[in-house]
Amino acid sequence: MKFLVCISNVPDTTTKIAFTPDNKEFNKAGVQFVINPWDEYALTRAIELKEAQGGGTVTVLNVGEADTEPNIRKALAIGADDAIRVNAYPKDAFFVAQQIASIAKDGGYDVILMGKESIDYNGFQVHGMVGELLGIPTVAPAMKLDMSGNTATLEREIEGGKEIVEVNTPFVASCQQPMCEPRIPNMRGIMTARTKPLKVVEPVGDAPRTEVATYALPPKKEGVKLIPAENAGELIKLLRNEAKVI
Amino acid sequence: MSVLVVVECDGGEVKKSSLEVASYGSQVAQLLGTTATAVAVGEATEANLAQLGEQGITKVLYDAEPRLKDFVNGAYTKLIAAAAQQEDSKVIVLANSNIGAAVGSRLSVRLQASLATNVVELPKNDGGQFTVKRGAFSGKALADVVLSGERKILAVKKNSIEALHEAGKTAQVESFSAQLTDADFADAPKQVIMQEQTGGVLLPEADKVVSGGRGMKGPENWNLIEDLAKALGAATACSKPVSDVDWRPHHEHVGQTGITVSPNLYIACGISGAIQHLAGVNSSKVIVVINKDPEAPFFKAADYGIVGDVFDVLPKLTQAVKELG
Ligand SMILES: Cc1cc2nc3c(=O)[nH]c(=O)nc-3n(C[C@H](O)[C@H](O)[C@H](O)COP(=O)(O)OP(=O)(O)OC[C@H]3O[C@@H](n4cnc5c(N)ncnc54)[C@H](O)[C@@H]3O)c2cc1C
Ligand SMILES: Cc1cc2nc3c(=O)[nH]c(=O)nc-3n(C[C@H](O)[C@H](O)[C@H](O)COP(=O)(O)OP(=O)(O)OC[C@H]3O[C@@H](n4cnc5c(N)ncnc54)[C@H](O)[C@@H]3O)c2cc1C
Repeated sequence: MKFLVCISNVPDTTTKIAFTPDNKEFNKAGVQFVINPWDEYALTRAIELKEAQGGGTVTVLNVGEADTEPNIRKALAIGADDAIRVNAYPKDAFFVAQQIASIAKDGGYDVILMGKESIDYNGFQVHGMVGELLGIPTVAPAMKLDMSGNTATLEREIEGGKEIVEVNTPFVASCQQPMCEPRIPNMRGIMTARTKPLKVVEPVGDAPRTEVATYALPPKKEGVKLIPAENAGELIKLLRNEAKVI
Repeated sequence: MSVLVVVECDGGEVKKSSLEVASYGSQVAQLLGTTATAVAVGEATEANLAQLGEQGITKVLYDAEPRLKDFVNGAYTKLIAAAAQQEDSKVIVLANSNIGAAVGSRLSVRLQASLATNVVELPKNDGGQFTVKRGAFSGKALADVVLSGERKILAVKKNSIEALHEAGKTAQVESFSAQLTDADFADAPKQVIMQEQTGGVLLPEADKVVSGGRGMKGPENWNLIEDLAKALGAATACSKPVSDVDWRPHHEHVGQTGITVSPNLYIACGISGAIQHLAGVNSSKVIVVINKDPEAPFFKAADYGIVGDVFDVLPKLTQAVKELG
């Protein structure tokens, strides 16, 4: 079975967010980029399923410029077999989805896995767009994924519960915990990753449909009002009379 | 050309987030000089749908097909696309929920629309340029996004818009059929399993949340969190390490890699306030922190704080809430 795992290159979760002086772009200076944490679930689960099936391939795909290659190599070190980078700045979700759909179609992939959402742009939208572009089902966000032949059984999180969904290949799923325990690269993986194929292709498709005009930081808090522990009950009065939230 | 609002219903009731979405949609309609029509999904009653008039909705389309009670991506997408066609809608508004995101993303491709998720404010429509504000970087920033498509789909973040309540106004409920066939239900769930919610309050919809971290020491102490939550009518939540070790179920984990909540009140008990935790809660209106360490980073993000032991403070708070009556 052929797995395609889409990975996004995002600022590390501890990053202090800052923008360029014109507030038009994210300031990358000094920022460590990582594989989007949700995508690690997709990657590890694809590798586990491939191993369980005793054959098949796991290809990682990123839409990004050359500076994303260290994280693509990391995905190869974790256990993907090969990689594709679409050489373009990921201008918007629709643009990214078109690249993924085009590669999925040309490559005849059976299972297309991604993360629940990117932690930078928080779109939570690429999965549905890819599914619709390909005319195949999408299960998002999935907490569990098992395969038996060409049929997948997934647990899809809904507000307040979950649905058990069955789909046949090809399909798209966006992954989150507790799907698996994300793997980290070992020494052997890091060594072999260097020689695994990484193909660079040029983008296709239509223009993006959205554009960020400006970024801003959220308004700052005024500062904390401390209530002595002995008078804890006082807090409840403040929440009712001052903050008016209870 | 009316604005189309997707209203999610559950057990006959319109979800709170959908009342916000309806209010958002009717205000967008006003901005564009048109009316707002809702299309309802899930299990609804005609009386509750008619009440959407209070949120400024003129007309509600409802397909009583019983298989639409549970979420089915294919069928919901087709139903909403058909409603958008009938109403010639250029703007579609839905909730930034798991359903809203799943349907909105497919619709954006089908209708060739610009999609903005995580929207937190009403749009601006200046000189033909349609701009919305959305949350980005997991709550650490905001972005103004220009939507260039002729059609636009907006997914509105929960609790970022005040629901309107114009008492006495009613909407006209019309039955609607998208001529759904068996093929549209191919991805219907085999089974739907709902979790027990503390005090019956659903975390993603809650407007008050009491949350516990590693400072609670163990699952046997969660009655302290639950008692306060019950007294307040709040949902319960937890930090990631707490759900990682199964003190609490995974769906209660909030933060950058869990769920994002934006209640009116978030009470953090024995949580240090790591940046990844804050990302999931920092758009809450009022944050209260209870921590024995005065240097805990969470105090910097808090509105009210108590430096103290949760085992001493929590029972006092629960008692004080009960005394309020
Ligand atoms: C500084 C900055 C500026 C940006 N400017 C804009 C802008 O002007 N307009 C705009 O719409 N977007 C912009 N983006 C967002 C960026 O283009 C996103 O990568 C893209 O929109 C998809 O992210 P998402 O959050 O929508 O994806 P989601 O739907 O949240 O992502 C779901 C999954 O899709 C996969 N995925 C996402 N992106 C990629 C990728 N690049 N390659 C491979 N797989 C991927 C991952 O598996 C991910 O977990 C900007 C991002 C940054 C950091
Ligand atoms: C990639 C990544 C993603 C992550 N995503 C998330 C996420 O989504 N959500 C999340 O929560 N975390 C996330 N984390 C983990 C995060 O970094 C922190 O480790 C975590 O939030 C800490 O949880 P905590 O505050 O419960 O525990 P701790 O940091 O151990 O804090 C416990 C606190 O309790 C206080 N305390 C102890 N005893 C008492 C007492 N008796 N009374 C009062 N206070 C007491 C202590 O002073 C301390 O401040 C992520 C980490 C990484 C690397």
